[in-house]
Amino acid sequence: MVTLNCDALSVRDVNQTLRLLPSGASCLVTNPMGRHNLVVGLTEELDVTVAGNAGYFVGGLGGRGDGTGPTITVDGFVGWSVGENLMGGAIRVCGSASQSAGSSARGGMIMVEGSASLRAGISLKGATLAVAGDVGPMTGFMAQSGTILVGGNAGHGLGDSLYEAVIYVAGTISTLGADAIVEELVDDDVLAVKRLVEATGFDHIDPAQVTKVVSARGLYHFSAEHSGSY
Amino acid sequence: MTADDPQVGAFPMLDHPVPQPANASFPPSTIERIHDMAESGIYPIRGLGARRLVPNFDDLVFLTASVSRYPLEGYRERCETRTVLGGRHGAQPLELEIPITIAGMSFGALSAAAKFALGRAATSVGTSTTTGDGGMTAEERKASSLLVYQVLPSRYGFDPADLRQADAVEIVVGQGAKPGGGGMLLGQKVSDRVAHMRTLPPGIDQRSASRHPDWVGPDDLRIKIEELREATEWRVPIYVKVGATRVEYDVKLAVAAGADVVVVDGMQGGTAATQDVFIEHAGIPTLPAVRLASQALADIGKADEVQLIISGGIRSGADVAKALALGADAVSIGVAALMALGCNRSSYPTDDGHLVDATDDYRALGTLPGQCVHCHTGQCPVGITTQDPTLESRLVPDMGARRVANYLRAITMEVTALARACGKSDVHHLEPEDLAALTIEAAAMAQVPLAGTDWIPGFRSDP
Repeated sequence: MVTLNCDALSVRDVNQTLRLLPSGASCLVTNPMGRHNLVVGLTEELDVTVAGNAGYFVGGLGGRGDGTGPTITVDGFVGWSVGENLMGGAIRVCGSASQSAGSSARGGMIMVEGSASLRAGISLKGATLAVAGDVGPMTGFMAQSGTILVGGNAGHGLGDSLYEAVIYVAGTISTLGADAIVEELVDDDVLAVKRLVEATGFDHIDPAQVTKVVSARGLYHFSAEHSGSY
Repeated sequence: MTADDPQVGAFPMLDHPVPQPANASFPPSTIERIHDMAESGIYPIRGLGARRLVPNFDDLVFLTASVSRYPLEGYRERCETRTVLGGRHGAQPLELEIPITIAGMSFGALSAAAKFALGRAATSVGTSTTTGDGGMTAEERKASSLLVYQVLPSRYGFDPADLRQADAVEIVVGQGAKPGGGGMLLGQKVSDRVAHMRTLPPGIDQRSASRHPDWVGPDDLRIKIEELREATEWRVPIYVKVGATRVEYDVKLAVAAGADVVVVDGMQGGTAATQDVFIEHAGIPTLPAVRLASQALADIGKADEVQLIISGGIRSGADVAKALALGADAVSIGVAALMALGCNRSSYPTDDGHLVDATDDYRALGTLPGQCVHCHTGQCPVGITTQDPTLESRLVPDMGARRVANYLRAITMEVTALARACGKSDVHHLEPEDLAALTIEAAAMAQVPLAGTDWIPGFRSDP
């Protein structure tokens, strides 16, 4: 186990050292103190634990196009855009996440044990975002592909302008966003949620009792008749 | 007098039209536009840039050498064009042979053949080209020795693996044709390949976001720039591109956030598709934008440290030279490069060089060669802004690349011709003092004297 102490190292030093580690190595990043851009752009299958709160973009731009990548655990809270544009691997946040968790992420899985703020999963492009607690307004805004699982309640405007991403919510939904609709749960959905519950350990979620939100696909083609709907 | 007589009552009823004075408020084009919107319920969407006349580089002239200055010998004495961009933070700067770069244009808006041709042309003259919305294609990377990778709000096709093979990174905050407006790739151009790269279904109208999903505001931008530096190991320069609106503030904020290069795109800048109302009514012209941007860099003491690229309606060596004289380090061209490729040409060449007339295809789009702005339709008669394989085959990449390279060399020669005549041995030595304005508006915007006076409205000797 390699230990990198943020009290003694710059973010650049930490990230450069991580990049030099061979696949399969483990690393503990200590005293992060909310620093931004920790564990960014990592492609190897490392096991990295950030022992404390991290700032913006932790784990961002990481992983590879084949879905592989590092396994990152943040033992604390995270700032904006955890795992942004993630390509593969997994990020687990033991606390809560600020805005835009998993934005534009294309692969891998981002798990938040607490709650996530505004626009979680915005512009999602194929990754999985699982939040054990609540999510803020406009979660899933313009999400293109992938899955968002919410273990708690969802704020206003859920799934606004969704494309092909699917959102499952265990709790209540304040309001749906433009062009988002509730669709009947089928067996495949229950199975998909069951697998996510097993993978995340968010076992307070009953796969058969979630609400599924998808796009009505009414905004897929530009028309003036839609101008009042958003 | 009978009821059929045109002379009824006090008002003469004529049986033939009488010439009327032109209606400045409702010219025929405006009336037609109103009729179109009344009929369809939608506003016009189109490609390219602003069509209306705004103050521009044509409103400036060079004060070339005479008795008080002496010129360099044309065709003989060397005039340096080498341009270095982006060394501010220890990154490997882009070393260009000419001060002209190719602007970001997306694969999706453009065909793969067009992107390849632009890359090959840029490489052959020693300059860079730029990706666009939709990501980096393998053809483009292979053809471009220097490739700038754009980080756009939509993040369509954005791949960290591509980021790592970029020579520079450009964070696009806005563009001159539609600052603050995002974009739309209409479904007819969303082929299977384009859709796959963008992670969206084929055939749908793809909205390109107006705002980045993962950061907002100048403080976040600083962190975003640092993230991109971390992901590229601080190896490549980071550009920040803005549409020209509040230029002074935006340039200063971009520099404060850590940009190595600032790109300012004036309102004449092109697009593949956006609302006409944006193209014609948002942002300021390139002429004042360049002066405001260069002054902003000077105000904060970064003019020698941060490079300025200007774009938006650059067409000729004269435009380039004037932009450089007003403080730009380089210019970026998009629409002009497409035209060099064959955009708006009445014919397209076959592999053996035979020309095929395309006028009927332009007519089918409701336009003509020389005035086409129908990039958004995906039915480009010359194979540039299309994803239709048949149309795309009308662009022979090698021929297109040769045309663009010829054009780039020709306008670079125009720049050096003007620079030599101003007595400059380096195009970057051109300065505002080399210019005079032909209109009061241009004098005020470019902050150079009105020709024949020492008057700069709003500045020196303002009466």
